[in-house]
Amino acid sequence: MSSTAHATAAEPASPLLEIRGVEKRFSLSGDFLEQLKFKGGKLVREQKHVHAINGVDLDIQRGEALCVVGESGCGKSTVARTVMGLLHPSAGEIRYDGERIDDLSHKALMPYRRRMQMIFQNPYASLNPRMTIQQTLEEPIRLHHPDWSTQRVRDQVAEVMASVGIAADWGARYGHEFSGGQRQRIAIARALAVDPEFIVADEPISALDVSIQAQVLNLLMEAQQQRNLTYLFITHDLAVVEHFGTRVAVMYLGRVCEVAPTATLFARPRHPYTQALMSAIPRLEDDRPQHIRLQGEVPTPVNLPSGCVFHGRCPHANARCRSEIPQLIAADDGSQVACHAVEEGRID
Amino acid sequence: MALLDVTNLDVRFALRRGDVQALRDVCFSLERGERLGIVGESGAGKSVAAFSLLNLIAKPGYIAGGSIHFDGQELTAMSDRGLRHVRGHRMSMIFQDPMMTLNPVLTIGEQMVECLKAHRRISTKEARAISLRKLEQVQIPSPSARLDQYPHELSGGMRQRVIIAIALLLDPDIIIADEPTTALDVTIQAEIMALLLELCEKHNVGLILITHDLGVVSQVTQRMLVMYAGRVIEQGPTREIINDPQHPYTQGLINALPQMATPGARLNQIPGSMPSLDNLPSGCAFHPRCGFVARADGSTRHACTDEVPDFVTSGNCRVACHMVAEMLDRERIPAEEIR
Repeated sequence: MSSTAHATAAEPASPLLEIRGVEKRFSLSGDFLEQLKFKGGKLVREQKHVHAINGVDLDIQRGEALCVVGESGCGKSTVARTVMGLLHPSAGEIRYDGERIDDLSHKALMPYRRRMQMIFQNPYASLNPRMTIQQTLEEPIRLHHPDWSTQRVRDQVAEVMASVGIAADWGARYGHEFSGGQRQRIAIARALAVDPEFIVADEPISALDVSIQAQVLNLLMEAQQQRNLTYLFITHDLAVVEHFGTRVAVMYLGRVCEVAPTATLFARPRHPYTQALMSAIPRLEDDRPQHIRLQGEVPTPVNLPSGCVFHGRCPHANARCRSEIPQLIAADDGSQVACHAVEEGRID
Repeated sequence: MALLDVTNLDVRFALRRGDVQALRDVCFSLERGERLGIVGESGAGKSVAAFSLLNLIAKPGYIAGGSIHFDGQELTAMSDRGLRHVRGHRMSMIFQDPMMTLNPVLTIGEQMVECLKAHRRISTKEARAISLRKLEQVQIPSPSARLDQYPHELSGGMRQRVIIAIALLLDPDIIIADEPTTALDVTIQAEIMALLLELCEKHNVGLILITHDLGVVSQVTQRMLVMYAGRVIEQGPTREIINDPQHPYTQGLINALPQMATPGARLNQIPGSMPSLDNLPSGCAFHPRCGFVARADGSTRHACTDEVPDFVTSGNCRVACHMVAEMLDRERIPAEEIR
C-alpha cells in the first residue's frame, strides 16, 4: 500500500522481517445471531469491529533493534502478536526471511517458531506456577528438538542459564520464589533456550523497578551482542527507546506515523504526534514541563476518524488531513513520516 | 512549626510469624503550600508512609510509634470521629487507579454531592453547584454533562481529573497523591501533572507526591525523600538531590536511568534487589548492594555492615550513610532531632 515509501526508501538487502499492509480487526458483535438487529421494520445484520491495526508497513533488518512506541491502544502489542503468529492478520502479509508466514498452518510454522521467540510484559503471568525453572527452560528445547538426548537438553539449559546469570541451583525452584527482575531473567533464558535469531519483546521491563529495569536492559543488550539477535521491542517508554533502539516506529491509533533511526528521531521529531509525545517525557533537567498540549483524547478504534487518524488532535490539520489518509514518505535523513503537513512543507 | 510534622514514625504489620516493620524512624515535615516527593522502588514503604498519615493502614498494620502532628493536632492519638473530619476535609488522597477509587454504580455528581454533604450542612442543589465549579477547575470538557455520567463512561485521563476534582472539593490543606499518573499514558500523565501543579499553586495546597518516577518528582516537587527498605535514606531540596545525590542508592537510582547513559552503552545497574522487610540485612539495609562498603584504600568500613546509619547533614540535604558521614567527618545528628 505504501509503494511510494518502498520505492524511495534506501532498502538494504533482504530485511529479516517484512510487514506489509497488515490489518487486524477484532469483532465486537459476537456470533451471527447476536449480529441481527431490527431496524425500521427490517432484520439487518450489523457488525462492529475494533480496528487494532490498519495498514502497518515495517521492515526489520538483521541485527537491529526496532522499537515500536505509542500509547495504550495504539496497536503496538497487536503488531507483536501478529508477527509471532499468535494472531492472524485480517489483511496484509508478513514475510520472515523472504518467506510468507502469516498464512502457514500451525505445523508449518514450527520451524519459524524456533527462530523467533517472545518475551512478555508480566513475568508473574508468563511463568507456569506448577513447573520448576528447569522444566520451564527444558520445555521449549524438547518441543523444538525432540531428537535431542536428555543430556544434550540439560547441557543447553545449563549453558543458557549461565549466559543470563541464573545460578544453577535456581533450576529446582518454582517461579513464585523469585522477584520480578529474576523472573524476567528466567523468561529471557526461556526465549534464548532454543537459540533464536529474532526476539519480540512486548514491554519486557514495564513491570519492573528502575534499578531492575537497568539490569534487564543490560542483559538484553548483552544477549544481542553475543548472539547477534534482532529485536522487535515494544514499549511506551521513550527514554528506553533512546537508549536501546536502532530505529524507532511511532504508532498512533493502529497506524505507523513515523519511522526513523533513533538519533534522528530524538534530534528532530517530525510528525506532530511524535513531537507531542517527546515533549511529554518527564526529564530530570528542566524544572518546568514545557510540553505540547494536545486537544482531546485518542478516538476510539471502533469508529476510526476519516483521513489522518490524528487530525482531530493535530494543531496543523486542514481539509486534506480530514479526507485523505497520509502514507509514509521517506526523507533524506532516513526517516519516514506519514503526515500531509510535513509532506507539503507546512511544518518543519 | 510546619503544617505537618512527622517524627520517628514506626509502622508494623502484625503477622503470625511476628511483626514486620514496614516503616522505621520516618521523619519529615511539610509547610503550607509546599510540594514534597516521596521516591522509592516497590516495597520501600512509600505508600505505607502516605496511608499512615491518615491512619488508613488496614489491619494487621498499625502505627507502633512516633507522632504525626498536623496543624496543632496529634493524628496518631485522634479518635475515628476526629480523623473523619481530617480525612477528605483537611487532607485528601488521590490513588493510583481511578477506576478503583470511583464508585461504579453512582454517577460522578452523586459521588461528589455525597462527599460534600458528609462534611457540610448544605442542600443538594448547592452541593451540585460546588461540584460543577470543581469540575470546571480541572478542565473537563462539558462539565455539566459529566455530573450525570458514570465512571465507566469516562476515559482514564478524565477519571483522574474527576478524582482531582473530588480531592479539591472541600478545599483541603494537603493532597496526598499516591502514584497518580502511573496507570496513564505519557501525554495524559504530562497533562494531569501540569493540572495538579497548577491547582496546588493557585490554591496554596500542599502536595505529597508518591512516585517511582524521578522525572515527575524533579518537575513537580520542591523537596523530596528517598526511601529504601522502610527507611528514609536521603532528604532535601529536589534539585540538589537530583543534581548531586549523596547516598549511594540515590546515585545508583539516578544513574540507572537510560537517559543518564550514552545510547547503546551499558546502563549503570545496581546489583541485586531490595531485601524483604522481614529479613533485613544487618547494619545499613543497602550494604549488600553498595559499592562503597570497601574504602578507596581497600579496607572495609565495618560500620556499614554492623550499625544502622544515622542522618548526617550535607549541604541542605540529610543523608543516612556511613560513607558520607565519614567523608564529611562531621558530627552526627541523631535521628530524633531531624525535622
